[in-house]
Amino acid sequence: MIKRLLPLFAFLALAVLLAAGVMRNSGKDTSAIPSPLIGKPAPAFSLPVLGDPTRLVSGADLLGRPYLLNVWGSWCPACRDEHPVITELATSGAVRVIGYDYKDTTEEAQRWLEQFGNPYDLVITDEAGLAALDWGIYGAPESFLVDASGIVRWKFVGPMTSEVVRDQLLPELEKLK
Amino acid sequence: MLPELGLVSLLLALLLSLALSVLPMLGAHRGHGPWMATARPLAYAQLLMIAISYALLTWAFLQHDFSVAYVANNSNSLLPLEYRFTAVWSAHEGSLLLWVLLLALWTALVARFSRALPAPVVARVLAVMGMIGLGFLAFTVFTSNPFERLLPGAVDGRDMNPLLQDVGMIFHPPLLYIGYVGFAVAFAFAVAALIDGKVDAQWVRWSRPWTNVAWSFLTLGIALGSFWAYYELGWGGWWFWDPVENASFMPWLVGAALVHSQAVTEKRGNFRGWTMLLAIAAFSLSLLGAFLVRSGVLTSVHAFASDPDRGMFILIFLALVVGGSLLLYAIRAPQVETGKPFAATSRETFLLANNLLLTASAAMILLGTLYPLLAEALDLGKISVGPPYFGLLFILLMAPLVLLLPFGPLMRWQREDITQPMRWLAPWAALAAVAGVVTFFAWPEGTAKTAFGIAGAVWILGGTARFMWQRMRSKGSRFTAEMTGMLLAHAGVAVFVAGVFITESTSIERDVAARAGDQFQLRGYEFKFEGVEKHPGPNYLADRGTVRVFRDGQPVAVMHPEKRAYLAGGQVMTEAALDGSLSRDLYVALGEPLDQSGGWALRLYVKPYIRLIWLGSLMMALGGFVVAFDKRFRRPVVTP
Repeated sequence: MIKRLLPLFAFLALAVLLAAGVMRNSGKDTSAIPSPLIGKPAPAFSLPVLGDPTRLVSGADLLGRPYLLNVWGSWCPACRDEHPVITELATSGAVRVIGYDYKDTTEEAQRWLEQFGNPYDLVITDEAGLAALDWGIYGAPESFLVDASGIVRWKFVGPMTSEVVRDQLLPELEKLK
Repeated sequence: MLPELGLVSLLLALLLSLALSVLPMLGAHRGHGPWMATARPLAYAQLLMIAISYALLTWAFLQHDFSVAYVANNSNSLLPLEYRFTAVWSAHEGSLLLWVLLLALWTALVARFSRALPAPVVARVLAVMGMIGLGFLAFTVFTSNPFERLLPGAVDGRDMNPLLQDVGMIFHPPLLYIGYVGFAVAFAFAVAALIDGKVDAQWVRWSRPWTNVAWSFLTLGIALGSFWAYYELGWGGWWFWDPVENASFMPWLVGAALVHSQAVTEKRGNFRGWTMLLAIAAFSLSLLGAFLVRSGVLTSVHAFASDPDRGMFILIFLALVVGGSLLLYAIRAPQVETGKPFAATSRETFLLANNLLLTASAAMILLGTLYPLLAEALDLGKISVGPPYFGLLFILLMAPLVLLLPFGPLMRWQREDITQPMRWLAPWAALAAVAGVVTFFAWPEGTAKTAFGIAGAVWILGGTARFMWQRMRSKGSRFTAEMTGMLLAHAGVAVFVAGVFITESTSIERDVAARAGDQFQLRGYEFKFEGVEKHPGPNYLADRGTVRVFRDGQPVAVMHPEKRAYLAGGQVMTEAALDGSLSRDLYVALGEPLDQSGGWALRLYVKPYIRLIWLGSLMMALGGFVVAFDKRFRRPVVTP
C-alpha cells in the first residue's frame, strides 16, 4: 500500500511547489514589493557597451535626462514578449531606453537584437551579473526609471505591457517634468 | 449578437459535460441501462455545442468583429484570410477553445468506435472524459472567455503575433493538442478500470490504438514545432530546451514508454500497475504542460502578470485530476503482479529498461524545467538550468537506449539465452563500429560526435533489419501491422539519431558584412550577395535580399532572405531564406543594414543532413499510426 502511495506523495510535493510558485508570483503582482532603491541614487556602475567591450559606461554618463533601464537577456522568453512594448516606447520618444543585457553572451545578445530589432539608445552588458546585485535585479525582464539627476523613481518586475506603460510609467514620467 | 450565442453554446456544452460526467457513471455503478446509454448522445451533443461556439469565434475573426476583445487583440483588418482562421488559436483564450474542441472530438470518437465494448466500460470511460471536459470548459467560461466584448469596440485590431503568421503555425498547435488531449483516452480507460475494480489487461487492449494515435500526433506536432522554430525564428537551431518545448516533450517521452508497456501488459499481462501509472502520468504531464504554459509561472519566474486566477484554477483542476487518479490507483491498483513470470534476460526485461530510461529522461526534464521555481521557493537564488544540463543528461540516458534497442525485438518473451541475439547482432555491431571509424577519418568535417551518430544509426538500422530478415525467413509468420509499425518507428529513431549527431557536429555558420556583388565561400558553396530591395507584403513592408548560391560554378539556388516590418504592430521579423534538400540545408538570414555604404550583415549557414531529424520523427509518427491499425485491435471482444 505504502509503495503504491508513493506516486501520490510525489505529486502532492510537486503540487505544493507549483502552488507556492503561483502564490509567490501572484502576490508580486498585486503588491509589488517596492524596491529599496526608489527615491535613492542609482547604484554606481561601470559596464561595457555591447559589442564594444573597451567602452565603459557609468551612471554619471547617463545624467541629464531621465532614462529607463530595461534588463533583458537573449535567454529570457518573457523578454521576447515584452520587446514590442519596449520598441513602441522607444520609438515614441517618451524616454530614453537603455538596455541592460544580463547574464548573456555578446554573440547571443547581438543575434537576438538583430532578430527582433534594437530599440535601445545604448546597451550595456553585465555578463557575470555582479553589478546587477547592487540594483537588486534577480531576473529578467525588469525595468528601472531613473531621473535626470540619477535618482531611481520607479521599478517594474516582469514583462511590461502597454497598459503598464500607459498607467504607470507615463504618469511617473509626467511627475518628473 | 453572434458572439453572445457562442458563449451560450459554450455554457450549454458545460451543462452537457456535467451531465456526461455524472449520469453514465451512476448508471454504470447501479447497473442502470438507460442512464449508461446517455453517454453516447451526450458526448455527441457536447461536441456539437463546442463546434458551434468554435465556428462562431472563427466567424468573428473572418468578419473582423473588433468589438470582441480577443479578436481585437489578435487580428487586424490587414490580416490575410488564411491567418484569420489560425488567429483563432494564436493566444490563450482561443487556443483553450481549440483544446476543448479537440477533447470533445476525441470523446465523440471514443463514443463512436466503442461498439464492441461492454456498456458499463463505455459509460465509465466517457464519463471520465466528460469530467476532464467539464474542468476545461469551466476554465474557459469562468477565466478565459474568448467572446468577451470590448466596449466601445476597437476601430482596428492590434494584429496577430507576427511570429505566428506562418504556414507551420496552421498545423502545429492542432497536431500538438490532438496528441496532448489524446492521452486523455488512455487515462480515461485506466481510471475507468480502476473505478470498476477490474484491473486486468483488457482495458489495455482497448486503449492501445488510441494511445498510439495520440502519441503519433504528438510526435508530428513536436516535430513541426521544431521545424517551425528552425526556419521562422531564424536562429538555425532546432531544439532549445525552453520550458514550453519541455512541456510537450515530457508527455511524449512518457507516452513512448506507455506505448511499449501497454504492449507488454496486453500480450503478457505483466506490468499492469506500471502501465496504469504510465497512462495516468502521460495525461498528467499533458495537464502539467498546459499549466506551465498558460499560467506563465515558468516563461520567466516573473511572468505571471496576466491573471493569477488562471494559474490557480488549472492548478486546482490538476490537483483534482492527478491527485484523484493517483489516490484511486493507490487503493485499487493490482495488489500483486499476476503476469507470467519472466527471466532476467527476456523481452520483458528489455522493455522494462526502455521504460525506465524514457521515464527517467522525463523526470530529468521535469526537474530541470521546475528547478528555477524550486530554487526560488527555497531561496537558493536564481539559478538557470540551460541546454548544457539537458543536453548532457539526455545523451547519457539515451545512449543506453540506443544500445539496447536492437535487442528488444530479437529477444523472446519470458526467457531467452542472451548469447543467441548477441551472436545475431555481432556482425551489425562490427559494421556499426567500422562505419563510425570510416566516418571519423573519411568525412572531411567529421568529428568523434559524427562518428558516434553514424555508428548508432547503423547499429539500430542493422538490428532492425536483422529482425526483419529473421521474420521473413521463418515459415508461417506474417508481418502484422503492429510489427511493421514497430520496424518503421525504430528505423525512424536511427534516422533521427544520425540527423542530430551529423547536424550538431558538422554545421557551419558565418556572419559576414556584405555589399552587393560580394562573394563568400562556405563548405564548397559560393554565396553571391546581390543587394537588398524594398518589397511590399500584404500587411508588412520587407527589405528583401537576393543571394545566389553556386557550387563548382553551377547555380544551386536563388535565396531571398527578408526583414519584415509589420504595419500594425511595428514589430520587425526576420524571415530567413532556406534551400533544403535531404543532404544539406542552406540558410541565409538578413541582419541589420551597416550604416555607411549600403552593406548588410548576413548570416550564412550550411547544415548537413538536418532534414533527417524531422524525417526520423515522421517515421516514428507513421510507425505509431500503422500499429494502431493492426487488425487485432478491431477484433470484437468476448465478454466473460
